Amino acid sequence: MSQALKNVILQAEQIILGKPQQIRLALCCLLARGHLLIEDLPGVGKTTLAQVLSRTLGLQFQRIQFTSDLLPADILGVSVYQRASDNSMSGEFKFHPGPIFAQMILADEINRATPKAQSALLEAMDEHQVTIEGVTRPLPPPFFVIATQNPAHQIGTFPLPESQLDRFLMRIQMGYPDAQAERGLLSGVDRREIIAKLNPQMERVELLALQKRVRTVFVSPALLDYVQAILRHTREVARYTHGLSPRAGLALLAAARAWALLDERDAVTPEDVQAVLPGVTSHRLQAIGEYSTQNTDVLARELIEAVAIP
Amino acid sequence: MSKSLTYGLLLCILMVTAPHADHLPLWLSSLCAGLLIWRATLAYSGKALPKRWLLMLITVAGTAGIVFEFHTLFGREASVTLLVLLASLKLLELRAARDAMVLIYLACFIIITNFFYSQSIPTALYLLATLMVILTTWVHQQGQNIAIKPRLRIAAVLLLQAIPLTLILFILFPRVQGPLWGLPQDAYASSGLDDKMAPGSLSRLSLSEAVAFRVNYNDKPPQRNQMYWRGPVLWNFDGRTWTPGKTALTFAPKFTELDQQIDYVVTLEPHNKPWLFALDVPNKISVSATLTYDFQLLNKEPVNARLRYAARSNLVYHANLQESTRQLQRALQLPKQFNPRAQQLALEWRASSKDDADIVNTALTYFNKQGFIYTLEPPLLGVNTVDDFMFTTKQGFCEHYASSFVFLMRAANIPARVVTGYQGGEFNDVGNYYIVRQSDAHAWAEVWLAGQGWVRIDPTAAIAPERVQRNLSAAVSNNAALPFMARNPPQWMRDLRFNLDSLANQWNQWVLGYDTERQFAFLTRLGMEDVTWQKMALDMAGGMGLVIALFSLFMLRHLIKRQPDKVQAAWLKLCRKLAKAGLPRAAHEGAQDYAARITASRPELTDSMRDVAMRYTALRYGSVQDEQALREFLQRAAALKI
Repeated sequence: MSQALKNVILQAEQIILGKPQQIRLALCCLLARGHLLIEDLPGVGKTTLAQVLSRTLGLQFQRIQFTSDLLPADILGVSVYQRASDNSMSGEFKFHPGPIFAQMILADEINRATPKAQSALLEAMDEHQVTIEGVTRPLPPPFFVIATQNPAHQIGTFPLPESQLDRFLMRIQMGYPDAQAERGLLSGVDRREIIAKLNPQMERVELLALQKRVRTVFVSPALLDYVQAILRHTREVARYTHGLSPRAGLALLAAARAWALLDERDAVTPEDVQAVLPGVTSHRLQAIGEYSTQNTDVLARELIEAVAIP
Repeated sequence: MSKSLTYGLLLCILMVTAPHADHLPLWLSSLCAGLLIWRATLAYSGKALPKRWLLMLITVAGTAGIVFEFHTLFGREASVTLLVLLASLKLLELRAARDAMVLIYLACFIIITNFFYSQSIPTALYLLATLMVILTTWVHQQGQNIAIKPRLRIAAVLLLQAIPLTLILFILFPRVQGPLWGLPQDAYASSGLDDKMAPGSLSRLSLSEAVAFRVNYNDKPPQRNQMYWRGPVLWNFDGRTWTPGKTALTFAPKFTELDQQIDYVVTLEPHNKPWLFALDVPNKISVSATLTYDFQLLNKEPVNARLRYAARSNLVYHANLQESTRQLQRALQLPKQFNPRAQQLALEWRASSKDDADIVNTALTYFNKQGFIYTLEPPLLGVNTVDDFMFTTKQGFCEHYASSFVFLMRAANIPARVVTGYQGGEFNDVGNYYIVRQSDAHAWAEVWLAGQGWVRIDPTAAIAPERVQRNLSAAVSNNAALPFMARNPPQWMRDLRFNLDSLANQWNQWVLGYDTERQFAFLTRLGMEDVTWQKMALDMAGGMGLVIALFSLFMLRHLIKRQPDKVQAAWLKLCRKLAKAGLPRAAHEGAQDYAARITASRPELTDSMRDVAMRYTALRYGSVQDEQALREFLQRAAALKI
């Protein structure tokens, strides 16, 4: 792993205390060119994680607060008629790009907005470009979206349909910090001040190169056997409404590759797959019957334990 | 026991017992239906199963009811009934996995009992579907975690794998003659010609669409008006009913001037009576049957299984030119006290005619000219059946005409008798054979004329020639009582019907009719020389062994293929070694995680274990494969001391 990447992780860990796994998963998502959905209660550090990552990686950051009256134009941008400066009657439409034209987006409380506004973002996520008034405009790479969702207080929200959830590479939860981390948090300096002072630890070019390298991480036939065994298991077991799709299999591989890279390896091992599996599959698998009430982490753990490594 | 498995077992038992509902006693069908519904509600509401003493009570009461109904617990009816009752009751004590297994075996067994009652293609297809449901439930019982689709797939694969074994067993398993389990009396319900004829008996039979037999002519079929299939010959008349009378005579009939030879094969449906049907007059048959003095073919025992025989007949013949006086006397017997007007008419004819043949013609002309009507629904007749029919109602079916004609002939002192059987048949151009149905049942007359012997006279042909020339529906075209099959349906329906019947015929010939004879013939054609039981048993065992071996080889192929992977083999060997030392690897545990866990409990292994795990991971999942690394790994894995 490059020194820069190590520094990124180190710096993030200093601010977000006690959450190394979440930081690595978020980075893994970014390196695998996926998008991240964080689902947790307010105040557990979702926004902080996004801000720290953008500062540390030196990415241009935009935050969009999703509300029920948010319109697609509020996200994408709008063309406004502008008169020429010489006060003549001539003029032209000028495009004012919306907040989506950033290298990193925090879409806060995405389930508060109407499906129309949601889909404006989700389509951009998929294609890495937006088409407004017939003009296709590319979004600045690496274009990484972290969306947050509040699982409680679902009244008046529009939960993302399963087909849209699929556009996020991973869904993770922050969880409460442990006692020691919380103590540090409570006794330390205000996090906002520190974030404002953070220095970027990596060049954007370097990040893009890392993204490219992820794709070259080697996957052996034995590992493909393992991934296929997992996919087959989810389809044969009478525990989920549907098994994992081939796209989910691709997502699992991509995330596992990025995880291997974070671990400074050039080949994916079953452990990599197991590490990213809860994040990649928890929003893609809908348990049925008696299993539907179980914690998603427990379900993921059971899935891992049910499939033997071939 | 999960809810869905209980529902599956319920469905199994429901499907195997449902066809039995038709012939079980009504009280038992209702009882079993009640038990099934009760079980379903219990499963739905999740309530506890009934107490053991209650089940015992129902069992004892039900069994007592069966004994009361059948006076036994053995035999087909009683034991099937008992089995159905016990299967329904067993559902109510589904407690352990063992109970589910018992139910599944029971369902498989009850499947067989359904074939006691019907062996038709629809039955076979239905039971195949039932078997599929049972297998699916079985798979479910064995692996609760398997989803419905893979469950169905496994069951289907099991069924498909059974096909070669089924074929081997079907072709080679020794056949027993006779119906299944050799149940002679109640094996088949009888329907068909009786050896009695009263007004109405044949017209009732004409309403049945059931197939009586099928005929393949070896060459050109005869004219329709020559297709008289001879059944029981009736001599005695008591004024209302014709019966065969006593046939103490055993000497053979005498045919002369035989011509127009015709060969054919008949597949006779079981009818529980001894007679076999042949065209007049038969002179050769492939089964051992006796030809009686009045030209009937009698099988040794009642035909209670489908029988296939080849026969040869002569359509032109002179029969018994020298008839014994005793026979002629029998053919003149009349109840004098009945039907005075008809007797009077016959005597008038006798007085005005020059010979017997003339009287016959007079009678036929009389039937033709006096406004007689051919109908399936004739009015009822009084005590003097012939008089009423001849002079009052003038409406009748073939038995009325045959009966009256023979009566008139006897009254005119011409020896005559009634012959019953079938006439005509329907040509199936799909299978190229004739279907003779119960609706083709017919009665005609035979008179003995000096110099000509016994001559067939069909009075029906004088009134309704279409009946003989074409078929029943042509003769009574607008008769609603006529069975659907005997009417003239649209072309597509005819085609469909012929195709289905042709299929049923193939099924009868090759599946149900695959008896010892066919088996030997088929095996000889396959190239087996002088077929014996021993050879068949050997081939059967050998064939089954071969098929099972092939399947096993196919299923275990991955074991063979995986063997060359030296890295994995060495790793698994090491894992087994560690497992013996009390540190087993979980199936889902990766090498690095495993090494870390071992290191935690056995710190002295840290270096070597980490090293081996690293090398293993690199070799199995890494991109670079070189011999040197492989050798080193194998060495270290083998050298690791615990």
